[in-house]
Amino acid sequence: MIPSLPPEAWQALTLSLKVSLWATLASLPLGLLTAHALARWRFPGHGLLNGLVHLPLILPPVVTGYLLLLAFGRQGWIGAPLWDWFGVTFAFRWTGAALAAAVMSFPLMVRAIRLAIEAVDPRLEQAAATLGAPAPVVWLTVTLPLILPGIIAGAILAFAKAMGEFGATITFVANIPGQTQTLPTAIYSFLQIPDGESAAWGLALVSVAVAFLALALSEGLSRRVAARIAGR
Amino acid sequence: MTLEIRLAHHFPDFRLEVDLTAPPGLTCLFGRSGSGKTTIINAVAGLLRPDQATILLDGQPLHHLPPHRRGVGYVFQDARLFPHLTVHGNLTYAARIRRRAPRDLDRIVALLGLAPLLDRRPGALSGGERQRVAIGRALLSEPRLILMDEPLAALDEARKAEILPHIEALRDELRLPILYVSHALPEVARLATTIAVIEAGRMVAQGPAAQLLSDPATAALLGLADAGAILSARIAAQEADGLTRVETGAGPLWLPRLSGAPGQPVRLRIAAQDVMLALDRPLGLSALNILPVRVLSLHPADAAGALVQLDLGGQSLLARVTHRSVQALGLVPGQGAFAIVKSVAMARDGVEGGPQSPQG
Repeated sequence: MIPSLPPEAWQALTLSLKVSLWATLASLPLGLLTAHALARWRFPGHGLLNGLVHLPLILPPVVTGYLLLLAFGRQGWIGAPLWDWFGVTFAFRWTGAALAAAVMSFPLMVRAIRLAIEAVDPRLEQAAATLGAPAPVVWLTVTLPLILPGIIAGAILAFAKAMGEFGATITFVANIPGQTQTLPTAIYSFLQIPDGESAAWGLALVSVAVAFLALALSEGLSRRVAARIAGR
Repeated sequence: MTLEIRLAHHFPDFRLEVDLTAPPGLTCLFGRSGSGKTTIINAVAGLLRPDQATILLDGQPLHHLPPHRRGVGYVFQDARLFPHLTVHGNLTYAARIRRRAPRDLDRIVALLGLAPLLDRRPGALSGGERQRVAIGRALLSEPRLILMDEPLAALDEARKAEILPHIEALRDELRLPILYVSHALPEVARLATTIAVIEAGRMVAQGPAAQLLSDPATAALLGLADAGAILSARIAAQEADGLTRVETGAGPLWLPRLSGAPGQPVRLRIAAQDVMLALDRPLGLSALNILPVRVLSLHPADAAGALVQLDLGGQSLLARVTHRSVQALGLVPGQGAFAIVKSVAMARDGVEGGPQSPQG
């Protein structure tokens, strides 16, 4: 049973959902491109790109958050021009939380999609070319449908990871209720105050529910798509 | 339509260099695996870019075009159907990406017997069905030429028998050059109108199938055990005892019943090792099929034997005999003899490609 939650808790939950959704959707095109490049193209710097993509998986999240702050903070080498020229900043905004979540979940997304691309038989793509399809059409009509389960799995994995991201987020955008306080940082905050335990417990239950929902959705979707593709 | 191919390509371990012409009809690239046959058709399809290539279809160059603009219908050995599409989706793929209605869909579905399969997915098809769909898909891309890479190699005998008539129908009905890769001589003998023999990246012989198969000089290239001639004949009559009489031009042959009306042309394949020679018409022999022939030439084939080319009423027949028999019979060109044919293979639908042996 879910205990009644204080308004900050609901705020944290909706913010987390928003942050994770944006993190996932915004990084998906780049994730696809990166996965495709790693799976199919051979170029100088292939190993470097692979390492870079996986870096957030290996680095302590706090370090990743700190690096993001250095790069995207208002004085950062990316953040300063963004602020000066466009008036855009990520620091201490929900968009910053989304950026941190996207960076942290990127390796998981790329990995899932890359595996799916590597599983596609390039000879099917050759067959499509002999039937008159130029490369972009081959990709849309053959490659994309075949890797769809991998894309779905990668996106849901990334979403779940984004929902739970703590270290990089709190380092990069802090823990401001209503602005950058996400579900995990809210649980952490509730645990720091007296009488906060029931709210923390409630949010923990909500986290479990969201995780299960995401997993069930991913399983169901992937299974349906995989069955369609396997030709049964 | 005629296809001209001139290719040169360096592989790490061998060099491919061919110059061949495929007239309308079915041109078979024949050779061992690894001889470069598939490389040649991949180069024609544009899937491989050779060091040097000139590919002309009726004088129009194809070699500078990307694969999707070459207009080739490619039937792969492994079918390569799109697993995420139904049979119907596979068949109409080429039309869909061109955003127009598939031309001839009904005719090709009927031709290949695909109607019951249209809603199925490739995963639920047998090997033979898959290959039929692959052929249909290639035809429906409105190709200017057809490439087939051992389309029967992965199939068992029953499935092969299911597909062969369809390929024969394509050969006879389409006015397109078909380039067909194979290393199975019975298949080649049945299908090919032209044969190009490829060995270690080079073309060692090319010519009309009937001529090449009956020529003792090229028989060794095709494989001695498989050497044999192709005869054109006509069904003469259906006999009461279950045999069919076939007229060859130099005498009748009797075969186990084959369907067909008198007058219908048939293609017969007679293996050299199924032909015995006698100087006089033998009597008291169980073999039914004895034809008068004339020795044209003698060719040493291996240590023990020779191939004898025989004239059979203007057509060519091959017999494989030992050197000892050549000596004993005193065979010389110009000499008359009798060929005793032990078995005849049909190259026509209704009868499977296997040997038929009516021995009295």
